[in-house]
Amino acid sequence: MILLSHYIVVSAILFSIGVIGVLCRRNALVIFMSVEIMLNAANLAFIAFAREHGGMEGQTIAFFVMALAAAEVAVGLGIIMAVFKKQGTIDLAKINFLKG
Amino acid sequence: MQLAFFYFFSGLSILSALFVIFFRNTLSAAIALVVTLFGVACLFGLLEAHFLAAMQVLVYAGAVMVLFLFVIMLMNLGREELLKIKLAFLGIIGVITGVCLAILLVTRFMGLSAPLLSLDLGVEYGTVKSVGKLLFGEYLIPFELTSILLLVAIIGAITLARKPQS
Repeated sequence: MILLSHYIVVSAILFSIGVIGVLCRRNALVIFMSVEIMLNAANLAFIAFAREHGGMEGQTIAFFVMALAAAEVAVGLGIIMAVFKKQGTIDLAKINFLKG
Repeated sequence: MQLAFFYFFSGLSILSALFVIFFRNTLSAAIALVVTLFGVACLFGLLEAHFLAAMQVLVYAGAVMVLFLFVIMLMNLGREELLKIKLAFLGIIGVITGVCLAILLVTRFMGLSAPLLSLDLGVEYGTVKSVGKLLFGEYLIPFELTSILLLVAIIGAITLARKPQS
């Protein structure tokens, strides 16, 4: 029998994998993919809770998250391409023109 | 039966998500990400969110991944990254932080033991009709704001990708 906790645990594991990817990779594209994994984990939690309550609101929110993720990917990849054109690399350890 | 599908698809998505962050080749990571998104779409299907499962495949595995693959091909990132196998000190800290987060979240959420199949859902649950009714009824203003967000994203992407005028 599937419990709600099954889905939430899968969602938590996926989210943590995304966090690990963001923290320990230096390739900007892979960091972006990890962010996508985290957004998907959040969506999974939304839909699991919606299923548990029998309402549709969670699915609607997940739909908005999807639209937001698509917008984010378009702008983010544009930024990565612009940085790549300027610097010739997408290694975040080597991109330091902001002198942070 | 449903439990077997659940374990199969969740195992598939977790395993391929691990591949995404540990593959050295960016192209292989992108392909692994497609498998992850497909596995999550199947989990959506198991949760009877059929419309969102279809959207997940169309938007993520279709449009978003095409963008990723385009950018990878444009940058021509080859195997140059393969040389840098050594994990930096910050990377180790990142892995420890992530594993601690996973343990914390999993132990916290293990307690939620509400059975999912107890509710008697109508036949319309998760269909285009019921999602659309909410989107164009109760959530009309957020829906319209989403369209503005997408417009802003389009303009932003074009501005960023354009050649500088000067």
